[in-house]
Amino acid sequence: MENFLWIFISAMVINNFTLSYFLGLCPFFGVSSKIETAFRMGMANIFVLVITAVCGWTLNTFILPYAPYLRLISFIIVIASTVQFVEIVIKKLSPALFKALGIFLPLITTNCAILGLALFATNKGYGLLEGIVYALGAGAGLTLALVIMAGIREETRLMDIPEVIKGTAFNMIVAGILSMAFMGFAGLFSTS
Amino acid sequence: MEESKEASRYYEEFVKGIWKENPVFIAVLGLCPALAVTNTAINSLAMATATLFVLVSSSILVSTFRRIIPKEVRITTFVIIIATFVTVADFTLQAFVPKIHKDLGAFIALIVVNCLILGRQEAFSSKNGVRLAIADAAGMGLGFGFALFCLGVIREILGNGSLFDIPLFGPNYEPWVIMILPPGGFLTLGFLLLFFNWLKAYRLQKKEKQEKVTPLHPLSIQ
Repeated sequence: MENFLWIFISAMVINNFTLSYFLGLCPFFGVSSKIETAFRMGMANIFVLVITAVCGWTLNTFILPYAPYLRLISFIIVIASTVQFVEIVIKKLSPALFKALGIFLPLITTNCAILGLALFATNKGYGLLEGIVYALGAGAGLTLALVIMAGIREETRLMDIPEVIKGTAFNMIVAGILSMAFMGFAGLFSTS
Repeated sequence: MEESKEASRYYEEFVKGIWKENPVFIAVLGLCPALAVTNTAINSLAMATATLFVLVSSSILVSTFRRIIPKEVRITTFVIIIATFVTVADFTLQAFVPKIHKDLGAFIALIVVNCLILGRQEAFSSKNGVRLAIADAAGMGLGFGFALFCLGVIREILGNGSLFDIPLFGPNYEPWVIMILPPGGFLTLGFLLLFFNWLKAYRLQKKEKQEKVTPLHPLSIQ
């Protein structure tokens, strides 16, 4: 149990996917102008990440021992098609949920965070349950980063920022400071 | 005449990627590798070479088969082609430079999801001939490499006090460690973008000043 908690916390704040691995930067800069949208994007991310963890584990256990050189190709194809399939099922079963997450799903299927999770979980040799917990943690971390970023951007929208800094440069510097703040979490476990 | 026009077209497609439409500094694409592996100059060079190889080879293949690939499944096809070349690059690096391969880790595999590569296939290679596609891909790849190299050099000098593992400042230099850690990536790129914005604004201002001056020319007053 403690192990699972550690994996979760570590993936969420200490090795935050966006702020310390630079994964999923496209949504981080693209969809972070409103808290509401950012939160829904984060939820959609968690959803896809969990599916990815299950797919990755299945492939790693049953298929890839026979053909390790197919890892990348099979990861991408299987994850993309599974997400598409689940999307269709959700559309049928729960239109409300689909409406909340739907538009983000195709966007994030080929996101680096998704493939990154599958690869990192493989490198770390996680089992099925550990993989799912890792995915939940990573997703929670992404959501956290997205919501904080969106909050900062909402707050700074009306500020008097010099014209040259506005846009990507400003976001990038904010992200740098945010990432520095998250580095503080690195001492979370070594002291206790 | 026809031939020189053709040649200038190739040149144009090649050059635009390096500066005018630089994938990192102007279009802000492919950020994930641009920030993650540029903590030393040598790592960023390895990443740039791998990306250039994948980009050019998949552009050749995509533009060769552009009439055969069905429209409905083109993205999937592009991704499979890219993933194949990334696997090749991954295994090659592992065989020849195992240390760099270990440093870059999963990020070599993550070249697959670099939006720059898929973007060029969709926007250019699938619509143009093989030679034009090569010119475009090589230009974009070199532009990407140039940006990565800039970031890598700045971050290594500031964060480690060295360049290509050769110490620059002697033993009394206190390295600015944050620059080789993740926040340094964001900050360096942020300040570089800021610099380019400023440069652009400065040039525009200068141009406007010149244009304002011209009407005052004695002939135009009359």
